[in-house]
Amino acid sequence: MVEIWTNQILQGVLLGGLYALFAIGLSLSVGVMRFVNIAHGDLIVMISFVLLSLTGGLGLPTLAAVAIVIPISFVGGYLLQRLLLQRVLGKDVLSIILVTFGLSIVIQNALQGVYGADIRKVGGGAIETATIPLSGNINVGVLPLVIFISATLLIWLLDLLLYRSRIGARIRAVSDSVATADLVGLRSARIYAIAMAIVGATMAISAGFMAIWTNFDPTSGPSRLLIAFEAVVLGGLGNLWGTLIGGIIIGVAQAVGAQFDAAWQVLAGHIVFLAIFLTRPQGLFPKY
Amino acid sequence: MLKLVDVSKRFGALSVLQNLDLTVAAGNVLGVIGPNGAGKTTLFNIIAGAQVPSAGQVHLDDRDITHVKVWDRCRLGIGRTYQVPKPFTHMSVFENVMVAAVHGGRMGIRAAKEQAQHVIELTGLIHRLRTPAGHLSLLDLKRLELAKALAQKPRLLLLDEIAGGLTESECDTLLEIVKTARDQGATIVWIEHVLHALRRIATRLAVLHGGTIISSGAPDEVLADSRVKEVYLGV
Repeated sequence: MVEIWTNQILQGVLLGGLYALFAIGLSLSVGVMRFVNIAHGDLIVMISFVLLSLTGGLGLPTLAAVAIVIPISFVGGYLLQRLLLQRVLGKDVLSIILVTFGLSIVIQNALQGVYGADIRKVGGGAIETATIPLSGNINVGVLPLVIFISATLLIWLLDLLLYRSRIGARIRAVSDSVATADLVGLRSARIYAIAMAIVGATMAISAGFMAIWTNFDPTSGPSRLLIAFEAVVLGGLGNLWGTLIGGIIIGVAQAVGAQFDAAWQVLAGHIVFLAIFLTRPQGLFPKY
Repeated sequence: MLKLVDVSKRFGALSVLQNLDLTVAAGNVLGVIGPNGAGKTTLFNIIAGAQVPSAGQVHLDDRDITHVKVWDRCRLGIGRTYQVPKPFTHMSVFENVMVAAVHGGRMGIRAAKEQAQHVIELTGLIHRLRTPAGHLSLLDLKRLELAKALAQKPRLLLLDEIAGGLTESECDTLLEIVKTARDQGATIVWIEHVLHALRRIATRLAVLHGGTIISSGAPDEVLADSRVKEVYLGV
């Protein structure tokens, strides 16, 4: 019995790594740029479809396809901010929500038009089924472990970038006060675009892992957004490590819920989120 | 050095500045006084680039900067403090000043650190070096405003009511800091209600009322002007 529960919790922790990966970009958008990107999940799904085209259509190895997509997403994020989001940023909360909601609908419809409504998956090769036996009946999948380690590494790198680099200081300054940042010579629109480019790169990484580990279809975006949003809110705004913990909490809650009944898996995550949100609406480790 | 030519600013039907002409020579300290709502902060917003005038031009060293953006004006050497301090609240005092020195002052990291250390000591904030700006008292916030502006080594320094609420000795310290900036070559425009502070450093005074300058010149002459007495001093 103990072994079963240990295994479920371990699998939940690893699942939390994937959820944290979904949420890292959103955590930067919400915590640093102070807006909720409703199209966050759809953008991840769109990148997954691009990976599908590169691997299925052009026959590229998955790793090479991800390596191509990361810089493209970086540039895409920059352009998305400069050409669309920056136009409505700083006006009122509703404008940015409406624009990104519209973007979400456009992406979903465009994906359905191009790829159809079928459920898809990108082949990851031997890593998908490889496991590491720990003890007794407890095994750890190599792919979930790699995802978890990647999420941790990515958060560590982003934390270094934000708090130990010049561009990080610029991003934090603009996040703090656009008026003051402009006054000391920072071009806030450009800094926001660089931050969104970084978000784009994190989306590409999470899309790569998501496409290998789980199924996706053109309408998967909102459910990814929901999980990411819960992880960000649970962890506390502006705290990337908090986002990782938020993702783990949801992952463990889902794994434990699934142990009682498979139908409870998703609901258990939402219930735990709601319970923590009601007691600590500011999240567990808020920076702002 | 700074020249405003026929500058007007309207917000809809409300006219805040009207056909304002103003010249400040290099190395001078111009004090700007006037009752609340006279247009003083709007004047600073237009000089710093936070607002564009409805009509007229702003020149810096004979260059028309009317439509130059605020971040580029900073790089041209315009530094500013706000009446209500606007720090980066989640960053430490040192980080606030470093951001100003690196980006506003366009310094390398080593030079910026030296400059930041220097102005933090000058403004008396050394004991608050690692304190997040959001935790500072109002007095320290005003010091930080000044430190950020000085860190950029501005050629034109705009000071917006930095002496308000200070004790006599604090005001003396502040004056010494402003004098140091002046002695290092900065031209200064200072909006202030604390007249005794202005009189000790200003080479000229300008009185703003209803969006126009009703008197300007040597401080003693301006303060003796009957219109100034009536409008500003109420006597």
